[in-house]
Amino acid sequence: MTAARHDVPMPRRRAGRERLIGRGLIYLAAVLLALFILVPIYLIAVSAFTPRENAFDFPKSVIPQAVSVDTILFFINASGVLDAFWRSVIVALITLALSLLIGAPAGYAIARYAFRGRNGYRLVVLATRAFPIVILAIPLAVTYRVWGIDDTVIGVALMHTALALPFTVLITSSVFVSVPRELEEAAQTLGCNPLQAFLRVSLPLALPGLAAAAIFTWVLSWNDVFAAVILTLRNPTLPAKILTALTQSPIYFQFAAGFVMLVPSLVVIFFIRRYLLGLWGRVVK
Amino acid sequence: MTARLGWAPYALLLPSVLFLALFFATPMVQAFTLAFQGPDGSFGLASIERMLGDASFRDALLTTIALVVLVIPIQFALAMSMALVINAQLKGQGMWLYVYALPLGISELAAGIVWVSIFTQSGWLNSVLMGIGILERPITWQSAETPWLLIGIVVIAEAWRATSIIMIILVAGLQSIPREFLEAADVYGATTWQKVRRVVLPMLRPSLQVALILRTILAFQVFATVIALAGSGLDVLADEAQRWATDIDNDNVAAAYAGLILILSLVSTVLFLVLLPTREEHQA
Repeated sequence: MTAARHDVPMPRRRAGRERLIGRGLIYLAAVLLALFILVPIYLIAVSAFTPRENAFDFPKSVIPQAVSVDTILFFINASGVLDAFWRSVIVALITLALSLLIGAPAGYAIARYAFRGRNGYRLVVLATRAFPIVILAIPLAVTYRVWGIDDTVIGVALMHTALALPFTVLITSSVFVSVPRELEEAAQTLGCNPLQAFLRVSLPLALPGLAAAAIFTWVLSWNDVFAAVILTLRNPTLPAKILTALTQSPIYFQFAAGFVMLVPSLVVIFFIRRYLLGLWGRVVK
Repeated sequence: MTARLGWAPYALLLPSVLFLALFFATPMVQAFTLAFQGPDGSFGLASIERMLGDASFRDALLTTIALVVLVIPIQFALAMSMALVINAQLKGQGMWLYVYALPLGISELAAGIVWVSIFTQSGWLNSVLMGIGILERPITWQSAETPWLLIGIVVIAEAWRATSIIMIILVAGLQSIPREFLEAADVYGATTWQKVRRVVLPMLRPSLQVALILRTILAFQVFATVIALAGSGLDVLADEAQRWATDIDNDNVAAAYAGLILILSLVSTVLFLVLLPTREEHQA
């Protein structure tokens, strides 16, 4: 069954059986690695769908015995969780809008124009990654108190935008590079001004890539816990709420919380799977 | 056409430059002024001394370094295996990539909790080990009494969560290696291992360097995974920074901890740039 690789005509120097064994070993490695990733996800799902009264049953059966949404409902209805959930959604949406609004024009500029300072700008954007994000949150908390936006959704969103912006610039620039500039120039020779040429030609072609960039930004914001814990107190985002509740909460609360935080990530990665290599892979020049 | 709109690129860059100046550069500088101030605003080393004299400082520093040193090689071994598997063009190539990339979107906190369900006393690991008769009674894996066990658990959770990013960078790097190079190696009868050592690894150097730098910087900031899995049983730098900022309400000592993380990150970045130079790519 493995003999049907026809895309690369490899010189067959070694015996077919040896090749087959080698191929089999690669499949074995592939399956083991996949199990390492998938089994824990399966187990947290089973934990989250186990009713509360069975949470401490021991030993547990890997095949779920009693499936119910009881634990998940308990988590959702716990005080403050739903508010925190909506706050997280709003923070992520503001972050997404802001970073695209500010980052995409910059990405377009580096993709389309040759200008003095272009490489310098690229370098600065790349260099921001060498700085740990942890260091931003503490001074910003001090600044926010002065500005009067401490413990607010907008404050967290601004910090998340700072976090996401370098990525957005680099990703959108690689998206616009992949849209042929000749099309835009053709539109201009046919009477469009540069803005029209962009809106009618480049933008529609870049849309899927931009959507992937947006989704990536959303994940970044949805997942952040450090900045959110530092910047909020009475108005936490979902991860901040869960983190501060960890020590006082029963273990089934944690399981449901973990599962609820996990699900959007899995969905998101599914939708941007085709862009994964482009999004993260092209960091090397 | 660029001459006609000479100002356009600058206008397009301006918002991002202003935003990064305000929300990235300024706080970066501010962190250091905070660290060199006392709570009363006077300049000096008081806050730094307070951090160094903090009861959990030594443990936090050593644990963070131990985690980085343990987790990075494991992640690279795993990521390299994943990348080679994907590059081997198995059936359902896209599916393997998707599965290995799944943890990309999973947060530190969620990942920590996932592994809590496995390592907790009445959790999956004890259940399975007793089920197959290896254990007679459950083991307490997560105990402040056995910090090395806690570190091991955090390493496993981090290896699970944060290997994908390295894998993606390596897969992209592998795809840029011309097929002819490997075919040539085949013609000369190279074994798989020889191909990996002599062709793949040297050509993958720039990708490896970037992945190492990125991943190490992130590893120094390890935070929620530790809190979820070890609670107060382990101290790390980021969680000390958070404790001083929120529980003790001393932003100066918190900033000192954050500054220390920054310095460690920069030192490791320089180290990787020096140790893994990518300039002389022509085969020696």
